[in-house]
Amino acid sequence: MSEPLLKVVQLRKSFGGVVATDSLDFDVMPGEIHAVIGPNGAGKTTFVAQIAGMLKSDSGTITFDGRDMAGKTAPERSHMGLARSFQITSVFRDFTALENVSLSIQAHAGHSFKFWKRASTDRDLTDPAQKILDDVGLGDKALTLAGNLAHGQQRQLEIAMALATSPKMLLLDEPTAGMGTEESETMRAFLNEMKGKYSMLLIEHDMDTVFSVADRVTVLVYGRGIATGTPEEIRNNAEVRAAYLGEDE
Amino acid sequence: MTLLLFIEQFLNGMQFGVFLFLISAGLTLVLGIMNVVNLAHGSLYMIGAYFASTFYGLTGSLIVSLVLMIPVMLLVGIVIELVVLRTLYDRDHMDQVLATFGLILFFNELVRIIWGVEAQPLTLPMWLSGNVEILPDAPYPVYRLVVIGVGMAVAAGLFWMITKTRMGMLIRAGASNRPMVGALGVNIRFLYTMVFGLGAVFAGLAGLMAAPLQSVESGIGEDMLIFAFVVIVIGGIGSIRGALVASIVIGIFETVGRSILPVLMLEVVDSETAQTAGPALASMLVYILMAVILFFKPQGLFPARTG
Amino acid sequence: MLSKLKLSILIGSFLILAALPMITEAIDEPFYIDLMARVMIFSIAAMSLDFILGYGAMISFGHALYLGLGTYAVGIMAHYEVTNGWLQLLVCISGTAFIAFILGLISLRTSGIYFIMITFALAQMFYFLGISLEAYGGDDGLPIDTRSEFFSFFDLNDAWNMYYLILGTMTVTAIVLWKIINSRFGMVVRGSHSNDARMQAIGFPTMKYRLAAFVIAGVVCGLAGFLLGNLTEFLTPEYMHWFRSGELMIMVMVGGMGTLFGPLFGAFAYLMVEDFLANFTEYWQFYFGPMLIILVLFAKQGLWGMLPGKEDMSDE
Repeated sequence: MSEPLLKVVQLRKSFGGVVATDSLDFDVMPGEIHAVIGPNGAGKTTFVAQIAGMLKSDSGTITFDGRDMAGKTAPERSHMGLARSFQITSVFRDFTALENVSLSIQAHAGHSFKFWKRASTDRDLTDPAQKILDDVGLGDKALTLAGNLAHGQQRQLEIAMALATSPKMLLLDEPTAGMGTEESETMRAFLNEMKGKYSMLLIEHDMDTVFSVADRVTVLVYGRGIATGTPEEIRNNAEVRAAYLGEDE
Repeated sequence: MTLLLFIEQFLNGMQFGVFLFLISAGLTLVLGIMNVVNLAHGSLYMIGAYFASTFYGLTGSLIVSLVLMIPVMLLVGIVIELVVLRTLYDRDHMDQVLATFGLILFFNELVRIIWGVEAQPLTLPMWLSGNVEILPDAPYPVYRLVVIGVGMAVAAGLFWMITKTRMGMLIRAGASNRPMVGALGVNIRFLYTMVFGLGAVFAGLAGLMAAPLQSVESGIGEDMLIFAFVVIVIGGIGSIRGALVASIVIGIFETVGRSILPVLMLEVVDSETAQTAGPALASMLVYILMAVILFFKPQGLFPARTG
Repeated sequence: MLSKLKLSILIGSFLILAALPMITEAIDEPFYIDLMARVMIFSIAAMSLDFILGYGAMISFGHALYLGLGTYAVGIMAHYEVTNGWLQLLVCISGTAFIAFILGLISLRTSGIYFIMITFALAQMFYFLGISLEAYGGDDGLPIDTRSEFFSFFDLNDAWNMYYLILGTMTVTAIVLWKIINSRFGMVVRGSHSNDARMQAIGFPTMKYRLAAFVIAGVVCGLAGFLLGNLTEFLTPEYMHWFRSGELMIMVMVGGMGTLFGPLFGAFAYLMVEDFLANFTEYWQFYFGPMLIILVLFAKQGLWGMLPGKEDMSDE
């Protein structure tokens, strides 16, 4: 047995009186896609924010790649190989697709106190950025302003920006959010392609996507993990069906 | 001697703090609920002071002036909200800063056109112009005591309104969680207008009470605005309690600091240095206090926002 | 790239400015040299503000502070008979950088309305400090007897030399800021403008870049103050007053926020309108206030932004 890449133990976070993450244990093995599902308000996005270092946890530990994440800022975690995408598309709308990805490359290419050379024609940034855009199928949109891309393309760009940080693990917060059937299918194919190359924590609403790409699934309800197992096990878990899939026992 | 000076300055500080509270209370609600930067809030204070001098000149009674003042300032506030502020709710902060800066320019010039460039006199009536002995051989102006008393009463009234009435509950909810108020189906536009009008009344009241103590002239609002900003930054945006605590603290720091600091410095350094550095340091005191508090509490002492 | 029209306007304006001393001499109106020198100084200050405001979304409402600090640097040193321009410049740059660094450290911990109020209050603090410094004239200010001395062959008492120094500084500043905005550093500043959380997620510790931008803007504005002190031969806390900060913001908005070259024209337009209204009525602000409100509501893109040629925010 190898060690898990990400290990979360007894994680907790509350806002005022509302408990968003409640004594949560969780792990992701190298190369694994571990999906987290749960009804709205189950605390999925809070969970991602805690792992990514954007929210401070009340208690519990997060270990990534053998290192304790306590006190590490979001940029520091990014440099350790944790990359996240956002549920609400947050590409830089005023930059071209190429510039968006170039920024990610730049973030991991030493410091940015470089004041003179033009960044948008810097081949050290644009060449690798173009390659990643090609990989995600946006190669021909490189010079389009991100704000002018179609919604599905913006979601792909979102992931391209995460990939450009050469991560060990991806935290994907609802990559298919707001997508039509066709776009979802493209994304699903893409995720399957990534499978094995990257470890992933996948937050997802779309059950077809979850059950077709995930190795394991954890069900989150009110901040608690009520079940973890293979997609097959989760599908047949009575408690999950009652709590989440909305079926009567 | 020094103790008496201290007590006197302490009371002056309280009195200044009362003015600050009356101005900041309205402004902190406007900032908290409507998320609008309103630079022109100081202008309301100035307009209040001008109206006070006119009403007092006409009626000869400070009480009647006060009674006249309330509906007039409410009206002024409502008109400003309807004509300018309302168009700014959906704009970014930069637009709000510039547009309300435009309002300041307009009002500062307007009062000069109406009342002239000379400072407006307002002499206290006999019954308020005397002194009382707060301690043996320590006379203190009656009027300043009255200001402190009235200010405290208004603060108490405001707290009652905020904590006990339905409108107060909506205001509090609005300051900490704006979408919620809208979700409650409250007519939010009306609430905004009323909050703004109320803020105008309080600022005008401060202007009225300050009018006998300072010269009433164009631009006096901005000096108070700066202090109000410091108060709100320290107290936390949207927090009435924070505004009260910070107002009194700043009032006392500013007043006591200015008079005591040069004296204290004489103890430590030679008189020449004290004379130069004393006033310089005193003028920076409240801002340094603000910076220190901010360093430890970037959201102020009583953050009202939850989300 | 800049559109052809904009490039022609920039080059045209530069040529006119470069020829202005000759023209004013020909028509015997030397007053205009002084006026345009003033305009250009405020252009530099407005550009520096736009650098953080338009590109970095840091709505600093105390930027005139650095203008004042620049004049104090020249004035105080001249007061103690240190007139070596290089030394004055060194003090001016390191002084404004230091103060911008400290104020940035405090104010950049916050955002939104807090940031506006804090930059406003901290700048006012220095204004009140200036007033209380009786040794340097208090609120009356202090004449600066001697202009900075750089080279023996380049005497700043000569109006033309002064003028060309200002024109040169403005041109170099515009080019340097333009390079910075499009550099890697500029990309970080602009990125954190549109989405700071995202910038952190892809690995940028944005605070230090924003702080660096804040310091750069402060230093550039301090340089404008350095020139202003030399031009007006006067030191006064009035330049640090919040009203001046408001004016700088107006210049940025009128020229076009987030367009580096817009504020050059914004400063010109604002000072001309002010001059025109002030000649026409004693109560010019009475008219200017409502004009400003209308501009904000209906002409947000500014003069430069109104010019044809679609462009992204980097003005390229």
